[in-house]
Amino acid sequence: MPFINFSKDEIQCKVVYYGAGFCGKTTNLQYIYAQTREDIKGKMVSIDTKGDRTLFFDFLSLSLGKIRGFDIRVQLYTVPGQVHYDATRKLVLKGVDGVVFVADSLKVQRKKNIESLINLAKNLAEKGISIRSIPLVIQYNKRDLDGTDSEILPMDILEKDLNSMLKVPSFPGSALKGNGVYETLREISKLVVKDVSRKIMLLDKQLK
Amino acid sequence: MAHSVLLIDRSGQLIAHHGNTTEIDILSLSALTAANFGATAEIARMLGEEEFTLLFHKGRSENVYFSAIGEHVIMVTLFDNKTSLGLIRLQINKIIDELSIILSSIFEKGRLKPIEPFRSS
Repeated sequence: MPFINFSKDEIQCKVVYYGAGFCGKTTNLQYIYAQTREDIKGKMVSIDTKGDRTLFFDFLSLSLGKIRGFDIRVQLYTVPGQVHYDATRKLVLKGVDGVVFVADSLKVQRKKNIESLINLAKNLAEKGISIRSIPLVIQYNKRDLDGTDSEILPMDILEKDLNSMLKVPSFPGSALKGNGVYETLREISKLVVKDVSRKIMLLDKQLK
Repeated sequence: MAHSVLLIDRSGQLIAHHGNTTEIDILSLSALTAANFGATAEIARMLGEEEFTLLFHKGRSENVYFSAIGEHVIMVTLFDNKTSLGLIRLQINKIIDELSIILSSIFEKGRLKPIEPFRSS
């Protein structure tokens, strides 16, 4: 749920980067952190293991400017991708307003992407949220590996695997090089703010 | 006495803060506190408890006391080594009762109410 602070005229939203292990969720946040102006970002917090795997989550707070007089602040979180960290993923999803699903373009990760998306749908459903109604954007990461020895899936196969039913905005990306990272962030922010505005209008109607 | 107090919601959003918090990254502190509370709540459930309602971390010069207030809110109290834990606990217990009444009336009014039910599914 978005948190609306009427005393500070601020809206805080929570966006979670979701996806299988090693798909590049943390790399997305690291790129955003490295490229964002000091005055609009907070510190980046990472709770990870020594092997670069996220143990709990990463956290980054960004200020996105004003909308209808309210300052919009987006809190970006990642989840640990490994299957056995499901309890942690559920904790991080608490109060989520939007999700970026980061898919790994590597051919060997095809099954893991699908499993992770199903896991997302299941964990959202447990919180009474439908994956079809929550603001959601898909990023096909690691496109920079195209033409290298690592075999990657073509975009149309990834779209068919992950987005044929959902039909949400999707972007090719390379979190390491930065391609598609801001496009993804911009789109999810836009969808979340739109969703929050709709809810505020509904809330206003209820209170009148 | 305590030098800073934060009220946060269980998903990690900061609701209000008071005191000397300029040196602290309070947004990150809120996110970490909610996660910490959520993780220990899971441990509690594994042990057959409903929830641990308070957490305390002691440092060399700084201490932090986390207390659950109702279903949605956590209060974070930061205090230094000159203050005794007993005194903090005593004061917090009094305040929590008052805050619970205030917060539940706010949640009932709907201004801070989670607006999850409006989600179309």
